Amino acid sequence: MSARDDIYANIRRSLGVNGSEKIRQQMVADRLERAPKGVIPQRGQVSGAERIALFKTMVETALATVTEVASAAEVPQSIALFLRNHNLPATLRMGDDPRLKTMPWSETTLEVAHGPSEGRDLNAVSHAFGGIAESGTLAIVSGHENPSTLNFLPDNHIIVVSAKDIASDYEAVWNRIRFAYGKGTMPRTVNWITGPSRSGDIEQTLLLGAHGARRLHVVLVCR
Amino acid sequence: MNDLPLHGRPVKPRVGLFVTCLVDLMRPSVGFAAVKLLEDAGCIVDAPVQTCCGQPAYNSGDRGTTRDLAMQVINTFHGYDYVVAPSGSCAGMIKAHYPELFEEDPNWRAKADVLAAKTYELTSFLVDVMKVTRVEAAFDGTVTYHDSCSGLRELKVRNQPRKLLASVEGLTLVEMKDSDVCCGFGGTFAVKYSDISGAIVDAKARNVEAAQAPTLLAGDLGCLLNMAGKLSRDGTRVQVRHVAEVLAGMTDDPPIGVAKAETVK
Amino acid sequence: MNVHSTSPEFKQNAARALNDSQLQKALGNVKQGFIDKRRMAADKLPEFEALRDSARDIKNHTLEHLDLYLEAYEEKVRSSGGHVHFARDAQEARDIILTICREASAKTVTKGKSMISEEIEINHHLEANGIRPIETDLGEYIIQLRGELPSHIIAPAVHLNATQVEEDFRRVHTHLDAKRDLSEPVQLLTEARAVLRERFLAADVGITGANFLVAETGTSIIVTNEGNGDLTQILPKTHIVLASLEKLVPTLEDASQLLRVLARSATGQEMSVYTTFSTGPRRRTDADGPENYHVVLIDNGRSAMLGTSFEEMLRCIRCGACMNRCPGYHAVGGDAYAWVSPCPLRGVRTASVRRVDQAGHLPNASTFCGRCESVCPVRIPLPKLMRHWREREFERHLTPATVRSGLHLWGFFAKRPALYRLATRVAMGALGFAGHRRGRFSWLPMAKGWTKYRDFPAPQGETFQARWKRERGGSSA
Repeated sequence: MSARDDIYANIRRSLGVNGSEKIRQQMVADRLERAPKGVIPQRGQVSGAERIALFKTMVETALATVTEVASAAEVPQSIALFLRNHNLPATLRMGDDPRLKTMPWSETTLEVAHGPSEGRDLNAVSHAFGGIAESGTLAIVSGHENPSTLNFLPDNHIIVVSAKDIASDYEAVWNRIRFAYGKGTMPRTVNWITGPSRSGDIEQTLLLGAHGARRLHVVLVCR
Repeated sequence: MNDLPLHGRPVKPRVGLFVTCLVDLMRPSVGFAAVKLLEDAGCIVDAPVQTCCGQPAYNSGDRGTTRDLAMQVINTFHGYDYVVAPSGSCAGMIKAHYPELFEEDPNWRAKADVLAAKTYELTSFLVDVMKVTRVEAAFDGTVTYHDSCSGLRELKVRNQPRKLLASVEGLTLVEMKDSDVCCGFGGTFAVKYSDISGAIVDAKARNVEAAQAPTLLAGDLGCLLNMAGKLSRDGTRVQVRHVAEVLAGMTDDPPIGVAKAETVK
Repeated sequence: MNVHSTSPEFKQNAARALNDSQLQKALGNVKQGFIDKRRMAADKLPEFEALRDSARDIKNHTLEHLDLYLEAYEEKVRSSGGHVHFARDAQEARDIILTICREASAKTVTKGKSMISEEIEINHHLEANGIRPIETDLGEYIIQLRGELPSHIIAPAVHLNATQVEEDFRRVHTHLDAKRDLSEPVQLLTEARAVLRERFLAADVGITGANFLVAETGTSIIVTNEGNGDLTQILPKTHIVLASLEKLVPTLEDASQLLRVLARSATGQEMSVYTTFSTGPRRRTDADGPENYHVVLIDNGRSAMLGTSFEEMLRCIRCGACMNRCPGYHAVGGDAYAWVSPCPLRGVRTASVRRVDQAGHLPNASTFCGRCESVCPVRIPLPKLMRHWREREFERHLTPATVRSGLHLWGFFAKRPALYRLATRVAMGALGFAGHRRGRFSWLPMAKGWTKYRDFPAPQGETFQARWKRERGGSSA
């Protein structure tokens, strides 16, 4: 008997079932299909300007910074200014995200590199799939548009997110993912990011920049 | 005391006092203080011949002995309207654990349920059932209060002793840090794991000292013996009493761990 | 580095820890830090209690149908290009992991924080076979340098101070300038970041645990604040996920419920910095990520707990809130409890995984104060479960003889009320007389444990029942 068979047999014996009970199968299939939501905190259940305001507050509570720009065209200048203000070199790595590609990077003096990071980049920018107002979280999906390594290796991570993609709660984002990728299917990675990397492991002192980004900056595009 | 209007309050209920083995053996004055409080509230109090609720056996894993003692308690107290104990852990044992002891026996389970429903810790009975809002006692001094674990977590006893203490003339209550953290007694734990118990009660003693109250009160004699013993070993001059003694105005006896000759008025 | 758990030496370890003033100060940090934060986070969310109920119900439902959810999960992992392996015990798990590492020609393996990896003792096994495992969670890395076991499930190095960490870094990072300044914690962090960055990039295999597995999509979820788990799983060619069976939840929504209580209970945060959902190896559309994705599902006693009175323990989501509340843990620290999960659940899980006679002290070193249960996000009745273990021990006559005979004697008298009243009257009379001058005893036979730290107050002398009979003429019942 293989380990797998043994384990299933043990589980079934302990539960007093044989695995072919129609009712149980139905219950499981039903839950997987319907995916009931459970308790959703009221806090994020706001819309419009209030939701955006909540998102910004929660991003800052998580020790990240956030700037609003009116349109996608203003993003490159905003990022260039951010880097200058923090005395950071004018270099930036990004993926192939078409929303980033169409931005006027040539209007700045930023040196832009494309592709996944190999660990030597200081600054990187990703475009989020969405944001979650409840906790100030950004959701980024993997792919050559936004390589996952950009979320972790560079010291300074900038995430661009559209105001229309800011959801009240995680559940709304899962619905969008299902719509984009199909029910039961996921991109290889979905990253929820809430603030810069940190550790409290040395004398319970909170220090930023453990292994991931030391600094997280969010650029919120209104239109 | 019986002049209070009858707002949902039982009239002359028959209360069986579950005195608890620690009170019975170590400090009977607590039992008599409880009797006074109950009689002042309008109850007819009786203390039938009794021994132990079975908690030491229960927490040591001896379910058999626990059940024997539980059946004895159920039989002894079946005739009363209420059963009241000056202890959160003993009341908790009867209320929260007796029914579970007889899970397999519907007959005894039913009896346990009946007893559990009418069993209360002392201060909770006075406030929640008898609707007592004030006591007649006076106590000139500052006290701090330790919340015993069973009373707090199993029976939700927290506001009731404080409400009654607030009505004691001349008494000031100051809260100590971590008043709701275990004192390290845990029954046989205090002897079997003395090092850990010693460290836990040490933390408690530091908090008692920091509260700067000359008197420490609680609703469970096990906790009180533990804390009093530690404070006295440390030479800390804090008087330790059961809350019933203060509420009943019966503080002539020496506090816990103090000889008659040492008592200073 | 050979680290063995030492549960039977518990009492000695406890005594040693209590005398270690450095450890005591560090534990003070735990007490203040985590408890206050948890209370603040819970206060900010009015739905917290409802979420706890929801989390408990999801876990119960999943365990009831674990076989079917596992089947669904397996199928999804495979269809996304991943591999699923089953291990009945620690030995099998180690063998599977070693095989995968050998297939990957692994020389170094990075590891995200994983309690299950310590339970199966994989590090030692890899080292014995010429493969170097490197802990990347900062706290785990620090204690790996010291050859210790983690003292707290969430903050493994909580028992150390910055000076100790500096000493370890200087001792081990010999390739760096000996004159460098490491006086500030942030400098230690920067150094660790740089050293571990090289390891991340060079590793052939990355091993992580999983906070949850999602049946609906075949996804593994890891939660970190540092980002080390992510670098561990996306940089190397091969990613191995280690997860015990009960990590499974049905859907992404169910996972979201549990994630909402996890961070709040563990560290008091609203949400941990990085929550990552991974499904299978990299795809054509990916620019990075592992080429091989393996999930090792580990039983090691869990299936045997199902359907028993210990089943509720399987709801545990490893948040550590119970430990943050335990007065015993505050006094002593997890090191003395010395097992993979040095928390109040140690008494139950350890005993069920290892056998009750080997767990020895662990289920007994508790006052049953109940604080653990009051904060458990999935409402596990921990004192009840530990009591069950004491019952098992008692049934198998594993309770120490002195305790058994003491209980027996007590029970003998307690079951005979008339005899009890007589015996106690006599005993208390004598004891009261012996103690009436001082009011207390500094020493009592058979109570050495008590009197080592405390005086024993003298009884008043007469028993309640004797005085009641005298004053009221006995009971009317």
